[in-house]
Amino acid sequence: MSESATGTIHDIGYQRYTGARLGRSYSVRSLYAYSLRTVFGLGRGPKSKIFPFSLAGILLVIAVVVAAVKARFNVAIPPLDYANFPGTLSFLLMLFVATAAPELASRDLRNKVLPLYFSRPIGRDDYVLAKLAALVTGVFLILAVPELVMFLGGAFSAGSASGIWGQFTDLVPGLVVSAIFALVLSAVALLVSSLSSRRAIAAGAVVALFLVTEPINGVLAAIGTGATRELAGLTSITGILEGLRTWLFAGSELDIGSYGPAYAAAAVVLVGLCTALLIVRYRKVAS
Amino acid sequence: MAIITTQALTKRYGTAVTALADLTVQIEPGITGLVGANGAGKSTLIKTMLGLLAPTGGQLRVLGLDPTRQGEQVRARVGYMPENDSLPPDVSAAEFVTHMGRMSGLPRAAARERASEVLRHVGLYEERYRQIGGYSTGMKQRVKLAQSLVHDPDLLLLDEPTNGLDPAGRDAMLDLVHRIGTEFGISVVVCSHLLGEVEQIADGLVAIEAGRLLRADRVSSMTARTAVLAVEVDEGADELAAALSARGVRIGRDGAALMTPVESPATYDLVRDVIVDLGLPLHRLEERRHRVAELFGSPAAHAAAPAPAGADEGRSGDE
Repeated sequence: MSESATGTIHDIGYQRYTGARLGRSYSVRSLYAYSLRTVFGLGRGPKSKIFPFSLAGILLVIAVVVAAVKARFNVAIPPLDYANFPGTLSFLLMLFVATAAPELASRDLRNKVLPLYFSRPIGRDDYVLAKLAALVTGVFLILAVPELVMFLGGAFSAGSASGIWGQFTDLVPGLVVSAIFALVLSAVALLVSSLSSRRAIAAGAVVALFLVTEPINGVLAAIGTGATRELAGLTSITGILEGLRTWLFAGSELDIGSYGPAYAAAAVVLVGLCTALLIVRYRKVAS
Repeated sequence: MAIITTQALTKRYGTAVTALADLTVQIEPGITGLVGANGAGKSTLIKTMLGLLAPTGGQLRVLGLDPTRQGEQVRARVGYMPENDSLPPDVSAAEFVTHMGRMSGLPRAAARERASEVLRHVGLYEERYRQIGGYSTGMKQRVKLAQSLVHDPDLLLLDEPTNGLDPAGRDAMLDLVHRIGTEFGISVVVCSHLLGEVEQIADGLVAIEAGRLLRADRVSSMTARTAVLAVEVDEGADELAAALSARGVRIGRDGAALMTPVESPATYDLVRDVIVDLGLPLHRLEERRHRVAELFGSPAAHAAAPAPAGADEGRSGDE
C-alpha cells in the first residue's frame, strides 16, 4: 500500500469519540509532563538529548566521586556537600537553564505553536505556569538525583543508624537549596527566553544576564566594607542564591552579616517578579 | 438549530480600528464558507468564536455557549486549524498530534489511538513517525488538520486550509474538508479569500468585508447565477456584444473582454456559435474565477436574492 505526498484517503469510516474528556487541569498536567520531557530532549531527535543529558551526567559523576571518596577515605569535600552542591556547580546549572529554557519558551514562539495551545481548554496563564513548573522540576531533578546518590553512598558506608540519620539531616538542606536554586534560575531564564523566538539568542541572553551581574558582586564584595560588602551578593543572581543559602544553613565563607532576610526577600521578589512578567508577556503575545 | 449565532457583534482595537462591525449572522450545521478579502475580519471572528478575543459589543453563541465566559468548554468542543505554519519541525506527526489530543482532554491511550486514526483519515498514516520538518507543505497542512480533529470536535474552524498548496493538493484538501463535513458529521467553518474554492464544498456562505456582513445564504441559492464567461475577440467586440444582446444575453464590459453570466450550459454553445457566425477572431474564452467583490459587490446582479440586514452597508469600507 503506497501513499504519496498528495495522499490517498482511505475510506474506513470515521468513528466519533465517545470516551472520557478530562478537564482543564488534566490539560495543564499534560503540558507539564510534555514540557518536562522537552527539558531533557525526550520525544525529539538524539541531538536534543546530548546537552541536557551530558550536564546531568557530569553532575551525577561528580556526586558518585564525592560519595566514593567519602566512603573509601572517609574524607568530606565541603564545597560539594549536600547544601553546597548547587552553589558550587552553579555554572553548570546556569548552562542547563540557558539551554532548557529556550527549548520551552523560544521554540514554541518560533514554531508559532501557541495558537494551537490557546485554542484548547487551557488558558494563557496555565501555559506559563506549566512551562515554569516543568523547568523547575527539570533543574531540581538534575540536582536531587546526584544528591540522592551521595546520600545512598553515605548511608551504606555509615554503618550505624545514627550515621544514616546524620546523612539524612544533611540531605534535606541539600534538597531545599536545590529547590530554591531551581526556582530562581528557572524563573529568570524562562522570562529571558520568552522574549526571543531564536533559541541561540535566548540562550546567550540568559548566560549574559548571569555573567554580567557577577563582576559587580565581586567588585563590591572586594572593595566594600561593612554593609556594602555584606549586601554585595544582592547585585547578582548567584549572589542572592549564595546569600540565601548561607542564611538558611550557614557553613560558607560568604559574609552576609545580619542581612539574611534581605537575601530571602530578594529571592522571593525575583521569582515573583519574573513569574508576573512572564504572565504579562504571554497575555500580550499573539496567538 | 444554528451552531453559531452572532447578534450585532462588534470588535474594536483601540478606537481607530474596527475589526467587526455590527455583525449579525447565523451559521447552520454543515459546511459553511466564510469569505472575505484579507483583513476583512475573518480571523478576528474566529478568535472571538474561540473565546480568545472578547467582543467589544454584541452577542455571540457557539454550540449554545458563550465563548467569552465559557471559553474553556467551547474550546474543548471546537477544533481550530490556523492559517500560518504552526508546527514544530523536530517531532513526529504522531507524537505531536497525540500531545495535542491530550491537551484537549483525551486520556493518554485514547489520544494515541485517535492521533493514529485522524492521521490515517488525512492520509498520513505511513509517514506519521517521521519528523514534521521533513514534510511537504501539503503534508504539513494535513497535520494541522489532524491536530484540529484529534479530539473529535463538534465544530471545526479552518482558517485558509488551502494556503500554499498546489492545485492537486488544493483539491485533495477541499475533498477532505468536504468529507469531514458530510461523512464525519462534524460542522465546518472554512475561511477563505477564494470564493471559487469554498463554493465547491460549502452548503452555506457568509461573506464579510471590513468587518461587516455582506451576505449570508445557502450556496445553492447564490452561485447558480454567478459563473461568468469572459470573451475576448481581436476585433468586432461591439458587433459581438450587439449580436449577443439581440439573443437575450446580458453583456458587461471589463476592459477588452465582454462579460456574460453563464445562465446554463447552453450559454457556452450560444457564445461559440455567435462568434463563428460573425467570423470573429476569438482571442480568449474563459470562465472567470469568482472574486468576492464580483459575487457580493454588485447588488444589481443579485436583485432576486434576499439580502439580509446589513448587506447594503457593507460596501462602504474598502480595505
